[in-house]
Amino acid sequence: MKKLKNPPDRKTAAAQAGDCNFFRNLSGFCIKPVYSIEDIAQLDEKTDLGRPGDYPYTRGVHETMYREKLWTIRQLGSLDSPSRANERIQHLIGLGATGVSICFDMPTIMGRDSDDPLAEGEVGSCGGVAVDCLDDMRHLLDGIDLEAISINFVSNSQSAVILAMFVAVAQERGVPLSALSGTMQNDILKEYQAQKSYYFPPRESMRLTVDTIQYCSQHLPRFNPISISGYHLASAGATPVEELAFTLANGFTYVAEAIKAGLDVDDFAPRLSFFFKAHNDIFENIAKLRAARRIWAKTMRQTFRAKDPRSLRCRIHTQTSGSSLTAQQAENNIIRVALQSLSAVLGGTQSLHTNAYDESYSIPTPRSEKIALRTQQIIAHESGVINTVDPLAGSYYLEAMTDEMEKKCHGYFREIEKLGGVISAIEKGYFQHIIADSAFRYQREIETKARIVVGLNAYVEQEDTEMEMREIDAEFEKEKIANLRALKQNRDPHRVQACLADIRRIAQTTQNLMPILVNAVEANTTLGEIIGVLREVFGEFREASVY
Amino acid sequence: MVPKKKPDIQQMVQKLLTGDRRSAARLITLVENEVDEHHDIMRLVYPHTGHALIIGITGAGGAGKSSLTDHLIGKFREKDKKVGAVVVDPSSPFSGGAFLGDRIRLQNHSQDEGVYIRSLASRGNLGGLSRATYDVIRILEAMGMEVIFVETLGAGQDEIDIVQIASTCLLVLTPGMGDDIQAMKAGIMEIADIIVLNKADLDGATTCLRHLEAVLSVAQESQTSWKPRIVPTVSVASKAENLRGIDELVQTIGEHQNYLRSSREIDQAKFVRIEHELGLIFKDELQKIIFKGLRGTGKKKKYIRSIMDRKNDPYSVVDEVLNTYLFSGK
Amino acid sequence: MSRSRKIRILIAKPGLDGHDRGAKVVARALRDAGMEVIYAGLHLTPLQIVNTAIDEDVDAIGLSILSGAHKTIFPKVMKLLKEQNASDILVFGGGTIPKKDWPALKHIGVGRIFTPGSHTQEIIDYLSIAFEAERAK
Repeated sequence: MKKLKNPPDRKTAAAQAGDCNFFRNLSGFCIKPVYSIEDIAQLDEKTDLGRPGDYPYTRGVHETMYREKLWTIRQLGSLDSPSRANERIQHLIGLGATGVSICFDMPTIMGRDSDDPLAEGEVGSCGGVAVDCLDDMRHLLDGIDLEAISINFVSNSQSAVILAMFVAVAQERGVPLSALSGTMQNDILKEYQAQKSYYFPPRESMRLTVDTIQYCSQHLPRFNPISISGYHLASAGATPVEELAFTLANGFTYVAEAIKAGLDVDDFAPRLSFFFKAHNDIFENIAKLRAARRIWAKTMRQTFRAKDPRSLRCRIHTQTSGSSLTAQQAENNIIRVALQSLSAVLGGTQSLHTNAYDESYSIPTPRSEKIALRTQQIIAHESGVINTVDPLAGSYYLEAMTDEMEKKCHGYFREIEKLGGVISAIEKGYFQHIIADSAFRYQREIETKARIVVGLNAYVEQEDTEMEMREIDAEFEKEKIANLRALKQNRDPHRVQACLADIRRIAQTTQNLMPILVNAVEANTTLGEIIGVLREVFGEFREASVY
Repeated sequence: MVPKKKPDIQQMVQKLLTGDRRSAARLITLVENEVDEHHDIMRLVYPHTGHALIIGITGAGGAGKSSLTDHLIGKFREKDKKVGAVVVDPSSPFSGGAFLGDRIRLQNHSQDEGVYIRSLASRGNLGGLSRATYDVIRILEAMGMEVIFVETLGAGQDEIDIVQIASTCLLVLTPGMGDDIQAMKAGIMEIADIIVLNKADLDGATTCLRHLEAVLSVAQESQTSWKPRIVPTVSVASKAENLRGIDELVQTIGEHQNYLRSSREIDQAKFVRIEHELGLIFKDELQKIIFKGLRGTGKKKKYIRSIMDRKNDPYSVVDEVLNTYLFSGK
Repeated sequence: MSRSRKIRILIAKPGLDGHDRGAKVVARALRDAGMEVIYAGLHLTPLQIVNTAIDEDVDAIGLSILSGAHKTIFPKVMKLLKEQNASDILVFGGGTIPKKDWPALKHIGVGRIFTPGSHTQEIIDYLSIAFEAERAK
């Protein structure tokens, strides 16, 4: 297949495509040749911008932002076995990370134990930890100061169980729950829309989510029970404005459900957090984060009548775009990650994960991991952008882009409302359709070179990039299964049965499930066993085909 | 003269009659593609057909046809019947390709030896039904399937075709989608033997139900003495206990079948069906013969050009061709 | 349109992984290229995939595997196809499947593997050429 070495002449290409088609960002906004003061004529400094740390928080959720405290450098630290993952986490902390993200293997994500027949060949997959029981959590967190390090658990449908294990380990160690910081991703709505690691139907899943939110608001006041995620929507194909709109809509749904369950908005809203992607377009990213803060603040105040200023603050974790990385000429990814990180910082993110340059074909090596980490440190200490808060405010282009983002979001909100809300729209395939369309369009743009990706469809070189996947360690799988068998033999079976019976009973009421889940994991009930019972009570969700 | 049959066709049909799935699959592909052996295949298959219960399911997209099919298959399997299903999705008018995704709802049965599901693309036929559909169903019958579901596109007026294929026709509507009005307008409601009001747990279901009942009682000018029944159902639920109406639906299908058997209408209906199918086959074959005859002569192009230039008209062309090629014994 | 032979492809995601963006984009591209694509969805077992492929009389099965489980799944699928005398069905794959694993896959009869960043036209060409002889019949 022939590939053009260099991109077509820009002037010709633009003339052919039509200015508006050529100068478009990923969200589809037409970008003018020049922005001027007229473009921000409607901008009201007080109601649209505010000062940093003040409503509507467009300029940032804190008054001094990075001048006083840098964003959290939060890198992913996982490996198949809990003890190996633990080593990696310690290593990252040693390098300077102040927070870690832990992701899980496919079976754990899907609520299955390592000895489940469906888990065969996938234990420890995707660089994720296999967690079946409390012992695994103990090993995972061994030697880590839970009061100092903020842990982000990338767990969704099984979050309640992971949280229970976390709580149990903390309690064992005598760490007060009120001292625990961190996040549970726990965003089930985006699973239906994009990532597809759901099991229960939407309404039952919401119940579990609200249970965790309620439990955390009472017992873990420093812990974020949910990270409302746009990243995965974007990875599945959503454009930045779609990512923004759908994420916020999901957020509002969680708020509404929690209120419906009887919680006071200010009791939990301060701990809701968000997770966005930083893709290639620098200004689009910044506008997205600013628009997110503005829309969240306004809606929380006006629609949900939140009074606590902390309920109005949209706190954001950002990850640089995995889908923008290429396996071809992989070192180019270092630059991509650097630019994306810069845009996240200029956008006022609270924490940041930078991808390693070889992530498109391998689990990061220590070297590539270090470069990713150093990228953040260089931006922080050498670029000077942190010396003032929201340095780009007032830029004609940026403010116009922020406004456009906000406006388009409201359009999506109206559509979703017409469909009866997010859950109803999910059942009707609304999000899935739009995301699939955007994914397809993006692929077409790359294939027709309407969108240039250096090294992929322009400036291409003959090369042999070898993908290096971490081998699924078959020995590890065997070992894990053996450990699990031993655990099941040595634990008190009556206690386990009693817990499972209680879980089944409570799941059918409106009582909060968290306390019994903590008891259950302490009794060495496994993740798969707990999820299994919940599957029976809640049922399973199967999506219709949407492409 | 009986043309010599290719040995593999005979063998395939022999295997088909024993219930061999691969043969069934291959034969279906052959008839779908209307290969030369098409007629030979159907000649061999036909004697082994005519006994299966064929149930048509039609309705707008999103109404829940596939999930209903899923449950109905299950119910008939419980009665130990062998069940087949033909699910049709639209072909792209631009590329001719198709995305056949209904199977996702039917995955429960993909390991059941007593179930055979085939996805068909409409290949330009508006309602999704073509001659090929008839033949695919026959192949499933010959294979041993006792109950066969045919799911169509719900494309509108062409859904009427389903009565030509199925002895019991289900029309699936949902509350509040307006398709009840659309269905009325298209005259489709009258062809349904059973109207399934799916998603009956939605708001507005009761109103919709009453509305449908009213429409049926008034608009009805029944040519038969079977009054279409309305069965409310809930076909999509995460737990079996939340499903509704499936048993009633099965029962109603049974009642319709009993009715057909006991009245003389079943014969009359069969007569009309076969007549219709004959018409389709004649139409197809004649078209084939004519265009085959014109091939390579350059005449077809000339004819079309002359019509474009208004030097000729389609009717005169057809008369001329028929006179030349058909009636002159060429 | 109804008389031409269509290439029928089954696209499926075996195992636990739910990332279906690639599978869906490929399915749609194949459809736009005139093929009939049976999209069987997520979380399928090798047996479900093979049964579906046989009943639907597909020309090829495309497996999207991003979890690293390709070393267990492909052999299972190839074995089942053989047991059911359906080894003429072409099996190809996409996802995170490293080149060093390709020889082993080829050895058991798997066709091409398409890595991330592959142009959908490559897949279309591959399948069109593979079944061109069939279509000409």
